[in-house]
Amino acid sequence: MTTPDAGALDVPTPDAVAERLASTGYLTDPDLATVVFLALRLQRPVLLEGEPGTGKTALAEALAQSFGLPLVRLQCYEGIDATQALYDWDFPRQILHLRALEAAGAVRGEQSVADAEKSLYDERFLLARPVLAALQQSPAVLLVDEVDRADDEFEAFLLEVLSTYQVSIPELGTVAAATPPLVVLTSNRTRELHDALKRRCLYHWIDHPGLEREVAIVRSRAPEVSETLARQVVGVVQGLRDDALSLEKPPGVAETLDWARALQQLGATELDLEVGARTLGALVKYREDGEKVRHALDQVLRS
Amino acid sequence: MTVSISALADDLARPDHQPDEILLAFTHALRGAGVPVTPDRGQAFLDAAAAVGADDATAVRVAGRATLCGSPDDLARFDQVFVEFFDHRTVLPRRRDVPPRAPAPTSLPLSDETGDGDGREDADEDVVRAAASAVERLRHRDVADLSAGERERLNALLAGLPVRPPLRRVARHEPWRRGTLDARRTLRDSLRRAGEPGRVAWRRRAVRPRRVVLLVDVSGSMAPYADALLRLAHRLTSGCAAGAAGGGRVETFALGTRLTHLTRAMRLRDPERALVAAGDAVPDWSGGTRLGETLQAFDRRWGRRGLARGAVVVVLSDGWERGDCTLLAEQVARLQRASHRLVWVNPHRGKAGYQPVQAGVRAVLPFVDDFVAGHSVATFAALLRIVEGDRRA
Repeated sequence: MTTPDAGALDVPTPDAVAERLASTGYLTDPDLATVVFLALRLQRPVLLEGEPGTGKTALAEALAQSFGLPLVRLQCYEGIDATQALYDWDFPRQILHLRALEAAGAVRGEQSVADAEKSLYDERFLLARPVLAALQQSPAVLLVDEVDRADDEFEAFLLEVLSTYQVSIPELGTVAAATPPLVVLTSNRTRELHDALKRRCLYHWIDHPGLEREVAIVRSRAPEVSETLARQVVGVVQGLRDDALSLEKPPGVAETLDWARALQQLGATELDLEVGARTLGALVKYREDGEKVRHALDQVLRS
Repeated sequence: MTVSISALADDLARPDHQPDEILLAFTHALRGAGVPVTPDRGQAFLDAAAAVGADDATAVRVAGRATLCGSPDDLARFDQVFVEFFDHRTVLPRRRDVPPRAPAPTSLPLSDETGDGDGREDADEDVVRAAASAVERLRHRDVADLSAGERERLNALLAGLPVRPPLRRVARHEPWRRGTLDARRTLRDSLRRAGEPGRVAWRRRAVRPRRVVLLVDVSGSMAPYADALLRLAHRLTSGCAAGAAGGGRVETFALGTRLTHLTRAMRLRDPERALVAAGDAVPDWSGGTRLGETLQAFDRRWGRRGLARGAVVVVLSDGWERGDCTLLAEQVARLQRASHRLVWVNPHRGKAGYQPVQAGVRAVLPFVDDFVAGHSVATFAALLRIVEGDRRA
């Protein structure tokens, strides 16, 4: 089961994928590496779900960096439609162009009218939005971020593009990618995605990493933070994710990194109660959580 | 048990089973366990397994999770079936080898006992009353004490309730006769006339259906109402889906000792089938309640991610909470902050002489936008008007 990949996207094993990602500082577990490997091999999009701050978006960035490909990002939002995802015509410039032709006296006779019309729908008046841009720049990494925020109709549209990897523009013709882009979709599960879209994708749920992996992530993403501090910070954060504490929003890896960096900025080499409490704003974003975390911090540091 | 796929390896050695067959049989077992595996997903699984090598158990597992699953629930079921299928078998499983699911009642508990004695009265009424006034009376009857015949007519009444989804204004605009200037469309229009200015286009803010979240208490104390409330949920789901502009989304959850997502069941077109599907999905019909904890579970799993944000949240419960109500109050306060409007429906509220004296009800009242009755068709209709809200909000 080999498909004619471009050399750039060809990796022999899942481990090689993990290695490549690690070289950019993104540490993955073997499961995720295998899923990415499959996505490359089977040329299917990856659909990532998981808690906020577990590195869904970062994966796409790391993939682009490690394969040396351009990253094209499509941020979804309520009411996004094809003109914001695919392409649009630059109307003001088209009108200017037409006026310029008129002024130059170029539009005379039937032949030149047809020419003038044709020149209006030229590629230079085409505004390539993310999906088209990704196809034009292929191979590329296309990140469709927070697809759960878009409407149902938009999903159907995405599905169409993702199954053929081509876009037809009535005035110009069809734009197809020489190599299908590597597509990463992320979702925060604010709603259930349509099954048809899910079927097209490889599904992966990103969980919070374990202690060792998270320490490694902090060390690799924020090398300026000392080993001791990283270990203490991760230890506290892992404790905070415990369901028994029932935080409104348990901190993700992104918050761990923020907190570690904040502590480092204040010159801390070890976690203590005072500096920890002062920098809590980097870790928890709810007033109710602040109290609980201060209490938990107190206990952890005393033991 | 040896390391997983040894069974598969054994089977591979035998000439009568191709690896693909074994993997396909696995997808069947998975479908039996409730994961919606379609043929194209099965094909994708085979391709993926071939790409990672079918002899690598861990890789096959990951490939299966990526290609056959679509939600965290699916993942949990997948892991169970995978272990069952590949660890304990030396022969290819038959269809019946699907791991048994938690026993679930196949039909809803209709509490006919409470309707005892009403049957005779019902027969009398049929003779004397004109049909219209019988319907009118039925509209105001408490759904908990109906006979089976009345219940049937009640279901028809419920299915005929008019539903219009609540609306909200969105950031985008739509063309309109008046309003603010739509420069883009005006320009585009003038381009069609080679740049000659023409009619001016106007636009206004568009509206979209607002999300509705229904949290239906299915605990023992609510059992007489569960059937009617779920029918109401189904009516709301189908009514909102049929609305204009792509339809609104209605998400339904059952609250018991645990939280069950019922939206998929409620989307079935036929109400009877929807109710049977809901009965299959809910593991704890007429069990106890832990309202606070279940609402917290809802918040963790769904609300926090934005399901409740900006939605009309309707809790259908008698607010019967054992013990401490602090958690309940905390969760309801949170729900109120996240939602657009929080409506609490209590079947007992409509009864004569009702006083909100229960600790659970008293704890939540300060945070509830509307506290309404919900024991008869008439009150259900009133509830639908409240959910609908201001149509041009």
